[in-house]
Formats: sequence, C-alpha cells, structure tokens
Amino acid sequence: MSENLIKPENLVYKKTDVLTDRIMHYCPGCGHGTAHRMLAEVIDELGIQNETIGVAPVGCSVLAYYYFNVDMQEAAHGRAPAVATGIKRVFPEKYVFTYQGDGDLAAIGTAETIHACNRGENILIVFVNNGIYGMTGGQMAPTTLEGMKSSTSPFGRDVKTMGAPLKITELIAQLPGTYFVTRQAVHKPANVRKAKRALKKAMEYQKLNKGTCFVEIVSNCPSNWKMTPAQSNKWMEENMFPYYPLGDIKVPEEK
Amino acid sequence: MKELRLMKGNEALAEAAIRAGADAYFGYPITPQSEVIEYLMANRPEDRTGMVVLQAESEIAAINMIYGAAGCGKKAITSSSSPGISLKQEGLSYIAGAELPCVVVNVVRGGPGLGTIQPSQSDYFQSVKGGGHGDYKLIVLAPNSVQEIVDFTKLAFELAFKYRNPVMIQSDGIIGQMMEKVELYEQMQRTENDYDWATTGRKEGKSATFVTSLQLQAEEQEKVNLKLQAKYREIEKNEVLFEQHLCDDAEYLLTAFGSCARITRKAMEMAREKGIKVGLLRPQTLYPFPVEAFNKIAPQLKGILCVEMNAGQMVEDVKLAVNGKTKVEHFGRFGGMIPSPDEILNALEQKIIGG
Repeated sequence: MSENLIKPENLVYKKTDVLTDRIMHYCPGCGHGTAHRMLAEVIDELGIQNETIGVAPVGCSVLAYYYFNVDMQEAAHGRAPAVATGIKRVFPEKYVFTYQGDGDLAAIGTAETIHACNRGENILIVFVNNGIYGMTGGQMAPTTLEGMKSSTSPFGRDVKTMGAPLKITELIAQLPGTYFVTRQAVHKPANVRKAKRALKKAMEYQKLNKGTCFVEIVSNCPSNWKMTPAQSNKWMEENMFPYYPLGDIKVPEEK
Repeated sequence: MKELRLMKGNEALAEAAIRAGADAYFGYPITPQSEVIEYLMANRPEDRTGMVVLQAESEIAAINMIYGAAGCGKKAITSSSSPGISLKQEGLSYIAGAELPCVVVNVVRGGPGLGTIQPSQSDYFQSVKGGGHGDYKLIVLAPNSVQEIVDFTKLAFELAFKYRNPVMIQSDGIIGQMMEKVELYEQMQRTENDYDWATTGRKEGKSATFVTSLQLQAEEQEKVNLKLQAKYREIEKNEVLFEQHLCDDAEYLLTAFGSCARITRKAMEMAREKGIKVGLLRPQTLYPFPVEAFNKIAPQLKGILCVEMNAGQMVEDVKLAVNGKTKVEHFGRFGGMIPSPDEILNALEQKIIGG
C-alpha cells in the first residue's frame, strides 16, 4: 500500500536491499532492528554485499541470517569470533563480521572474543549490549547493572556474590590487536547517525588489515526490562549510559 | 612421484594433510598429538600450498574455526587427544547438524578425566555413538599403521565432502608416536570448488546462503533428522571397510581395531602355531561398522574374542552384529596399558576355547 502512497519523486529513503523482506521477530521498541538496518545500509553503501560474510550468535539475533541478505553462518553460543576467524583466514579478502549480544560475547564467549581481538583478526565485531539475556527470558547477563533485577537476580544484582557488570569493551580496547573500539547507541536519530558512521568506519578499516574493529551498541530490552519502549530508552539513558559511556574508546592514530 | 619416508604417525598425519590439499588446520597442543601442529608450523604449508595453520586459544575455539572454514566449503582439519576431543563435542554436533565436511583426528589417550598420556582406545563410544548432543553420526576411520594414517587422511576428506559430514580418524598414542616407513602421495590441489551450500559471498541476483543447524519448528527439525538418517543409511551401505586374516577355516575369531589389532594379529599367529584355527577381523571403519562381515562369519565360529585397549566398548557392536549366533567375549587392558600377544592368546584359551 505504501508503494502507492509514495511517488518516486518524493522517495527520500527506502529499505536497503541488504535487508531481506522477512518480517523481523524482534519485540516492539527493541534496538536490534535499527542496528541491523544501520549495518545493512553500511554494507550497501560500501558496495560489498557480495563480498561480506556474517556470523550470527545465539541470543535474540540468532536469526540474523534471515534478515541480512548476505552469506552468513550461525555459530554456537559465544563462538562467533572463532567461526569468523575460520572464515577470515580462508577468505582474507572478504569482509567478515559477527553480530553478538552481551551474554554471547561477554559471558560464554569471553575467551573467543578476547583471543580473536588479541590476534587482531581483521573482522568487525558488532556487540549489542542490553544488559540482559533476552531470548531465554530475562536472566542476568555479565553486563547487568548493579542492583538491576532479572529472573536470575530477582532481588537485584548483588556484586558481592555475582560480580560487577563487565566492561568488556574497555577490556578489549587494551589489546594491541584491536584497531578501532567504540561504544554507540541507536535510540535517537542523532545516535543512529553516529552509530552508522562508526559501523561504516569499522567496516572500511577491515581492508587495511590493521586489526579487529569493535562496535558496541548499548541498547534496550523493553520486554525483559518490563518497560514500555519509551520508558526503556529513558531508563537506558539514566542508568546504562553512566556505566557504559558512549563514545570512541580506541581510535586509530591518524598519520 | 611417490615418496618413501620414515615418519612418526603424528608427523605423517600433518604431512598427509598438506598433501591431501587441506585448506586449513586449527588446533591446540595436547599430548600425545602435539607433533601434528609442531610439524605444520615448522613446515610452512602457507608457503607450500597456501594452507592456513593457526594455533587456537582452546580446542573449543579450534573446532569453531573449523566450522567457519568448512562453512566456506574449504578442506579443514583439526587434531587433538581425548580430553581435547571432549571439548570439541559441541562443535562437532553443530558441524554434523549444519552438514559441513571436516576431518577431526583423535590421538586417543587413557581416561576418564585427565587420565594418562599413554595410548588407549577408550574413546570408541564417544566417536562411534555420538559424543555431542543430538542424533548424529561421525564417519570413524581406525588406522593401524603410519601408512594407514596417511591413506585415511586423504580418504577422510573424500568421505567428508561426499557426504558433507564430519569424519574422525581414531588414532592412538601408539600410532601417533611410533615411526614407520610410509609412502606419501603427491601433492593434491587445495579446494577450488565454489559449493552452493557454502558461504563464499552472495551471488548477484541470488538469495544469500546461510549455514545453520537451527530449526525452530519441531516438524522442520524432524525433517532434518530424517535427512541425516537417510544419509547415515547410505554411508552404512557404501563405506564399510575391514580386513580379514585367515578367516576361511577359522573356528574362532579375534577382532580388534587400530594399534591393538597388530598385537592381536601376533596372538593369532601364535595360536595358529599351536594348531588353533583362529582368524582376525579388523574393522577399519568403526562407523559404519562391518555388521555384515560379522554376521556372515558368525555361523562357522565357536566364539569371538574382542580385544580392545578399553573396558569393553566395540564388543557391544560385535554382539549386536552377531545377534546371539556365537559367543562373544571381551579382553582389554586399559588406562594406558597395552596387552601383550601372550595375554591375548591366554584370554582366547581361557574365555573362548576353554570357557
């Protein structure tokens, strides 16, 4: 129907062909859809759709290969950076990315994440951090904030027994193998534009063979935070951003 | 030109992988198989053929790197020993589920747990019956010499790609560590094929390819399982390998696989010298198991002794194969201990002939 309403001369923006037409399974208000779209637009703008191989995680974005119209592999939980390593090592000329959540990347896949970054694998890691296990129904993640309630920390995260929320992005930025490390958000138009610029730089850097690029996107989870989308974005700004401040953490030295 | 060399089993395996045209090796050190990655690193296959060799941070990472490379349609191989192979089971299940080809070598040592570093065959169940989660099968090859390690490396890649299935070469601490004369084959091509199931970059005008083992609907997962089972029946029909020695007039049968079969063969010769009519059946494929061969020979036998370096694993498949037609007993040494031919002959006399 929308096709009929929009005349070609009025069309200023349309869905990129790097996303399929499949209806996404993400909950209303979730940041994954926007993050997918920004990454897909970057792949489109760089003209690398047929040279890109992605790796989907286990978590909410387990079905990412339904939505990205690029070749993709579905990895075991946490193993995406190892799978991506296998791909990149046999296809060094291709653009390889992983798309992972916080449980996948920062809990069960910590070793694979750190070592892929330490080897400086020339891949892009997109890390969507919403501080909770979404797909399994709201359990505590390594990134769950102190005092934050989840189904496995029903009285709030107690750092004495459960550890402090893990700033994995700051941690991997210490590694000589990483080239560009940044933390972004996609809840407001200005943030979306910044996040897209970061993703584009990170993808472009891949052809320089200078090391791993790592883009964290701090996001929301209205369903498991048990908030409306608007409330969740406000809560994210007030609680997530102070602990996970937005901005570049490691930028290439310009010469 | 064919080439003769004196080589350690583990080193021969590494050389065979290069010559079989492997595209990638990912592995992690563990005794008694570390010579595989050491040989590869020292021999610079990257310069020889362009083959990638990478030491992973763990066996878990290594098998997932294999998944990635195999998903690109490349010939990928990894090796480890028992505790490390346990760590690879998750990845193997995913590889089997996603129907990717790869070769995994287990240079078996004694267990359970950290166990010993001495040779054993106690991972038979793990290799043959599954190991990881879900209904799947590995094709399992059991070499008994350095030569068979080399020959089976080539065969393993052929079977892996023929069936898009992981293939395991079940070596052990004896075959991995001993030196023997070996004839090497000429250098073969690395993968040039662009398989339609592999992620090699989307083809213009076509939809993208994805590699996955996930089905959210039970109906769809059952279809996947039925497809896998049909494939396994094909493998059982086509790929059984075994060797028989002096079976024509045999009244008794010894059966063993891998290094243990060589010791058992000596026991057979000693028994023959004593006038005991005994033969040897050596499965070279543990899956598919030579069911028909056992079934066929069973009626002429007074009994079978299954000799293994474990507490009794293959013996269960022998019993299933003969289905009560003849008596089947097990003799084993384990925990890294190796049976002597005398012990085996004694067990044959005690458990089968006199029993």
